[in-house]
Amino acid sequence: MKILAAMSGGVDSAVAAARAVEAGHEVVGVHLALSRMPGTLRTGSRGCCTVEDSMDAQRAANKIGIPFYVWDFSERFKQDVVDDFISEYSAGRTPNPCMRCNERIKFAALLEKALALGFDALCTGHYASLEKDSEGNLELHRSLAMAKDQSYVLGVLTGEQLKHSYFPIGKAANKEDIRQEAKERELSVANKPDSYDICFIPEGDTRDWLSDKIELTSGSIVDIDGVKLGNHDGAIGYTVGQRKGLNIGRPAKDGRPRYVLEIRPKENIVVVGPEHALTISELSGKKYSWCGNAPSNVIDWIDAEVQVRAHGDSHPCKLRVFNGQMVIRPNEPIRGVSPGQTAVVYLGSRVLGQTTIDKTVSAVMEQV
Amino acid sequence: MLEEAREVIAESIGCDRNEVIFTSGGTESDNLAVKGIYWQRHGQDRKRTLIVTSSAEHAAVLDAVNWLVTEQGAEAHFVPMDQDGELDLGDLARVLKERSDQIALVSLMWANNEIGVVHPIIRITELAKAHAIPVHSDAIAALGHIPVNFAESGLSALTITGHKLGAPVGVGALILARSEKLTPVIHGGGQERNLRSGTPDAASASAFALAVKEATGEQDQKQALHARLSAKLISGVRAIAPDVKVSSENVPRLSNNVHFRFPGCLGDSLLFLMDVNGVSISTGSACAAGVSSPSHVVLSLGANTDEAMGTMRITFGHSSTEADVDAFLVAFPKAYEGARKAGLTRR
Repeated sequence: MKILAAMSGGVDSAVAAARAVEAGHEVVGVHLALSRMPGTLRTGSRGCCTVEDSMDAQRAANKIGIPFYVWDFSERFKQDVVDDFISEYSAGRTPNPCMRCNERIKFAALLEKALALGFDALCTGHYASLEKDSEGNLELHRSLAMAKDQSYVLGVLTGEQLKHSYFPIGKAANKEDIRQEAKERELSVANKPDSYDICFIPEGDTRDWLSDKIELTSGSIVDIDGVKLGNHDGAIGYTVGQRKGLNIGRPAKDGRPRYVLEIRPKENIVVVGPEHALTISELSGKKYSWCGNAPSNVIDWIDAEVQVRAHGDSHPCKLRVFNGQMVIRPNEPIRGVSPGQTAVVYLGSRVLGQTTIDKTVSAVMEQV
Repeated sequence: MLEEAREVIAESIGCDRNEVIFTSGGTESDNLAVKGIYWQRHGQDRKRTLIVTSSAEHAAVLDAVNWLVTEQGAEAHFVPMDQDGELDLGDLARVLKERSDQIALVSLMWANNEIGVVHPIIRITELAKAHAIPVHSDAIAALGHIPVNFAESGLSALTITGHKLGAPVGVGALILARSEKLTPVIHGGGQERNLRSGTPDAASASAFALAVKEATGEQDQKQALHARLSAKLISGVRAIAPDVKVSSENVPRLSNNVHFRFPGCLGDSLLFLMDVNGVSISTGSACAAGVSSPSHVVLSLGANTDEAMGTMRITFGHSSTEADVDAFLVAFPKAYEGARKAGLTRR
């Protein structure tokens, strides 16, 4: 096959590209320039925005012996990922930009361009595995390296996108094996640290970064009953489940810590309350998709598992599509769920689909 | 060895050997000329803050000018161009006349490296001479392809470099008229007439001199060959892509340069698809991270961003043959079709 290998400048995508070559494919490497200001040099961690990353990717491609290009997707990235991130926060939601990038850039704009230029598939260094069911339909499964499993951020892929995807390190047992393999292949990125932050927020301080983009005005912090407890300097940028940095002078009556339960951007209000009020008994979203074939009957409740953050636990749940929405009911109430986040649903190790959460139902209150 | 190299270059381009200042390449030569002459002239007469140039100059000139503007209080006047890249000499004459006592220098390239348009350097220096204003010209793209004679040009300073002529990367020269003074950019041991300190790289200078000698010696014969190759290339491409535009097609242009603009295609898609078929080309300009960016030259001719992204530049060098053009024309139809299909989805 003719494979386009997306190379971020990190160790995973470099080893993935090398394996694709070894499997006998005709491979071309490409690095996506996503930042409008690619001049920033950031030492150590892997982002997708620096000259250093681009050079690391090129060095790996040279070592592997494949042609290498840098393609500029910065305009699309700004529109579809960065601006979306800002507007989601402005609406009091908590977006996942890596997911948007996979959905709109890597497996959309880049894949489209790759197919138009005559490639058969896009290869990335994601830890997730493609399998075929008994009828030959493609399915996406969790990686064996559970600690690194990235099937969550690929939950947005559709069956059509899976057909043109290739994850050569998806069956790796753990990340150390990949680093070892990189060393054996003499790839300079073998010991390059992993990246954990959002690539376009290099300092890692989301609230500080947002404060330049969104006008923050101070407002009230209230409890569930609407009683004012203190002031905040801008509701945007708080995250549901957040405990630190609330700066409420008085402790709660029971002496227990308080958490952000809800952000109401229109009223510029942050609602806080006890930990147990964070638990959610139902979540739903209008924007949903199936990763491969949809279950045969989703009007009735089916048993599944749900995961609401990239490296979070998965929780047994019931799932159905009702009124044009994917509705998910965890068997036991779960916490740490916020509108804007993505809920990915699994059947065993298989990724079944996903929805962007619009609404949550509190397990202890009527609706939060 | 170094002095022999100086002599060979002087003979090849019609200057005195004392006028050859070896540098690390074109970028340094342009910086030395623009900043050095500006500092010298401005130092003598504080009123002289204006630099006359054009927006299609190489980044080494443009960025040096911009730096003087933002950091040193200079002012830039950009001579307008028409859509073929020809300079508006009426505008140049006007600014020279109206602001002659404020101008520090004029810097206009001999031929444009991207679109190949050739500027009438002698005409430009004649206009400036009347007001005793020094003119610098970057002749990197011109040297070896059209006659470049420093003494006849009337220039005060001229930039040339080696690697475009087959010499190693990292050596070039600024030809500076004996009558012209400049303030050095690099200070130190006082080498190169006290204008460019640092121990000169004699081996590279020798290779550079040889390349200049060969390129200027073979020039007439190569020029005829390149004109033939360009004509064949343009008609071959036009047969496949009738809506293609050839930049500066009907004005004086370097015979070894063909600059295409393809509506509805991205240059980097074309480059990629040609590359896949074994033909190496360039879109024009790329930044440090390797991203191809809209050409500032094409933008300065009044084109929009999409037009400036759909470019392809082909230059012929000393080893180009008819077989190269044939290979290009074999690979082109499929690449063009693919790039059209990929369209402008991008960025």
